[in-house]
Amino acid sequence: MLILKCPYCGVDAEETELAAGGEAHLKRFGPGSSDDEFHDYLFMRENPKGVHFERWRHANGCGKWFHAARCTQTLEVFGTYSAQVTEPPQEIRDAITAKRPGWTWREFE
Amino acid sequence: MSNLASALNGASFKGLVTVTEAGLVGMITLRGDLSSAKLQAAVKVACGHDVPEPRKIAGTVDGGVAWMSPDELLVLVPYAQVEAKLSEMTAALDGEHALAVNVSDARAVFRVSGASAREVMGKVAPVDFSAAAFGGSDFRRSRLAQVAGAFWMDSDDSFTIICFRSAADYVFNLLSTAANPQSSVGVY
Ligand SMILES: [Zn+2]
Repeated sequence: MLILKCPYCGVDAEETELAAGGEAHLKRFGPGSSDDEFHDYLFMRENPKGVHFERWRHANGCGKWFHAARCTQTLEVFGTYSAQVTEPPQEIRDAITAKRPGWTWREFE
Repeated sequence: MSNLASALNGASFKGLVTVTEAGLVGMITLRGDLSSAKLQAAVKVACGHDVPEPRKIAGTVDGGVAWMSPDELLVLVPYAQVEAKLSEMTAALDGEHALAVNVSDARAVFRVSGASAREVMGKVAPVDFSAAAFGGSDFRRSRLAQVAGAFWMDSDDSFTIICFRSAADYVFNLLSTAANPQSSVGVY
């Protein structure tokens, strides 16, 4: 069972209070982009065994969206953070590095 | 005037705990910047309480305010006064980027009371109800089995529960089932 701390209300929310929102930090390619860029934006997703970044919503709670960094292999949670960012904050990266030295995910490391 | 009635007309069930539909409660949803002095003053005008800390409630259903999210409060007032209180609040919020709406008739309120109240709640919500983790002025939005709900404790063995009116029948049956006299677990 996954437990994520909602960074907005501070509740340690059990998975059934949350709604999964898919991969984090997607960059939108819309009008003016190439067909390949638009295709990748719509369909291409990371599916790592290990460090992963996701969007979650505290649906049965304060209702806010937030980000989570966790390990898909062990279900270990490295941290949760604000939805109002376009990349993982440094303290989250540091927390991951402490446990998984040399990790990479998309363009982040 | 039409005969105003709550969702279940005060239905009640007695088992491990007493489950009662608590009747009509005036509720005003307020969204805005909770750190704004003007918004805080409007809350005080309406219910007589200060804006509570996150996940807390101040007061009671007869006059209180609960923290719903970083930009949302639920103001509780007597049902008969809700329109008057809303007008006062709207006037106090003049010029403020905020929204106050009367949601009283969209909600139902239940009370679960008795020595096993924590246990009955623990069967329906994914929340730690041990005395060390929940009590006092704690307020929690969560789920009651399959529907959204919010609750707090009025005393050490009594909860007040708010849910959507459309789910009132479901929540009453759910709590009554969880309070079946033969279903005691013996935790909390
Ligand atoms: Zn939350």
